Amino acid sequence: MNTTESSSCSKTRNPFTGAEENAVGVKVEGVHKSYDGVEVLKDVSFEVVPGEIFVLMGPSGSGKSVLLRHIAGLETPTSGRITVNGLDPSLEATRDKVRLALVFQEGALFNSLSVYDNLALYPREHRAGDEKVIKERVMHALKILSVEDAVNKFPSELSGGMKKRVSIARALVMEPQLLLYDEPTSELDPVMSATISEIIATLKNEYSVTSLVVTHDRALALTISNRVGIIMDGELMTLGTPGDLSKSKDPRIVDFLNPKIDIEHPRFKKLETKEAAK
Amino acid sequence: MKHLRKILEGVGSVVQLAVRSLSYSATLPRQSARFIEQCYMIGYTTLPIVAILSFFIGTVLALEAGYAMQDFGAKEFIGSLVGLSMARELGPMMTSVLLAGRVGSAITAELASMKVYQEIDALTTMNISAAKILVLPRLAAVLVMMPVLIIIANIVGWFGGSVVARYVSYVGIGPEAYFAALRHYTKFKDVINGMEKAEVFGFVVVLVCCDIGLSTKGGPREIGAAVTRAVVTSLILILVLDYFVTKILL
Repeated sequence: MNTTESSSCSKTRNPFTGAEENAVGVKVEGVHKSYDGVEVLKDVSFEVVPGEIFVLMGPSGSGKSVLLRHIAGLETPTSGRITVNGLDPSLEATRDKVRLALVFQEGALFNSLSVYDNLALYPREHRAGDEKVIKERVMHALKILSVEDAVNKFPSELSGGMKKRVSIARALVMEPQLLLYDEPTSELDPVMSATISEIIATLKNEYSVTSLVVTHDRALALTISNRVGIIMDGELMTLGTPGDLSKSKDPRIVDFLNPKIDIEHPRFKKLETKEAAK
Repeated sequence: MKHLRKILEGVGSVVQLAVRSLSYSATLPRQSARFIEQCYMIGYTTLPIVAILSFFIGTVLALEAGYAMQDFGAKEFIGSLVGLSMARELGPMMTSVLLAGRVGSAITAELASMKVYQEIDALTTMNISAAKILVLPRLAAVLVMMPVLIIIANIVGWFGGSVVARYVSYVGIGPEAYFAALRHYTKFKDVINGMEKAEVFGFVVVLVCCDIGLSTKGGPREIGAAVTRAVVTSLILILVLDYFVTKILL
């Protein structure tokens, strides 16, 4: 990485006003999380430097999304500490000081509101100007994500890709200093995945928003990230630049990054046997 | 012990939600659209069913009272019995039961589905309180609409009683005698007491249904379970509170 590169880039440019403000960093220190005695996060520690794109990869069920929910302040760790700019993200007071937005895997758009109202909700509730200013801000965000045509539609009328883009636009309207993405390219076709990756990179390059992306999309992780962390069974296995990871000799990392389908593998034989028995 | 702990946790959660919601009361004027929408949902859409139910409660009361009183020659008191029963007890209670079944279930289903589909989490990350924009307008709307529903329930119920009193042969008293007795024995205070009861029931029903909806965890299956839990809890609370509120108001 580019820790130094990112550190130097510690100002966020507001996409609406152009004003510069301090980008925020995230610190995860020895975090453990258990649900009913089952440990899903085991002593996870890392740091996200202000202004960088940090990607957390890992197989399904490895604890990536749980960790992201902790960073968003939606859950609290069983032990350990998470701070955003030195503050506890689960406190309302922190969210008053640090604008943190989360792009949910399923979008989590408000189904009873139109796309416009979905985006306008945050500035309206936080009294970020009159309706004219809010409208400009909403339309600008939709334009950045190329979904202006959906402004009057309801979430149920949108395709998966559009929902994702509207969800990112909604996050953008918050003028976030820290943007968290949960599987932004899941269930999308390759073209749409590439578009979403491009959007994440653009937000970083043009506005220096600190971004933390949880994904198992190898292409997204290796192309847009400054640093990548790989989490398996709730443990952070490795941390480094995309280049470092490509050179890794750890067989679990190699297998994860370069999965091979071996039809001679015993598990396929097992299936065949079952089929034959039928 | 486990059940007691669960009940106490539930009570604590409801009280916390009430305090949090009411602490945003100053924002209500800015939430007029949401408030009006909830008034429509709670008041206007419940009105027809409240009217139908009240009419038939009034008729049954008059029918039963007429049957029981004919042997004592006390038929002229039917109006007072229907009037007092509707105003003090049946109007507020049956309207609250309807509120729990119709509005309470809808509130729980909506909020539980918002919780399950992460819309509530989205609000949290936006630093927008669900208590402020989802619970407060509903609480305010139920406080405004319950008295209106009770007045209509009473009037329709009284009218239902008068129809039976007039047209059922073994009752057979005219509307003048029926309404004279009703006016004589049913005081304004009785109607107000009924409204006060309904306000308490309505507030508790909406609060409990919001709390159960907002604390739903899991998938779509849990939405149905939450709705059942909310309606059953509301009905039990209405009946339990009815005793205590009546005792206080007497």
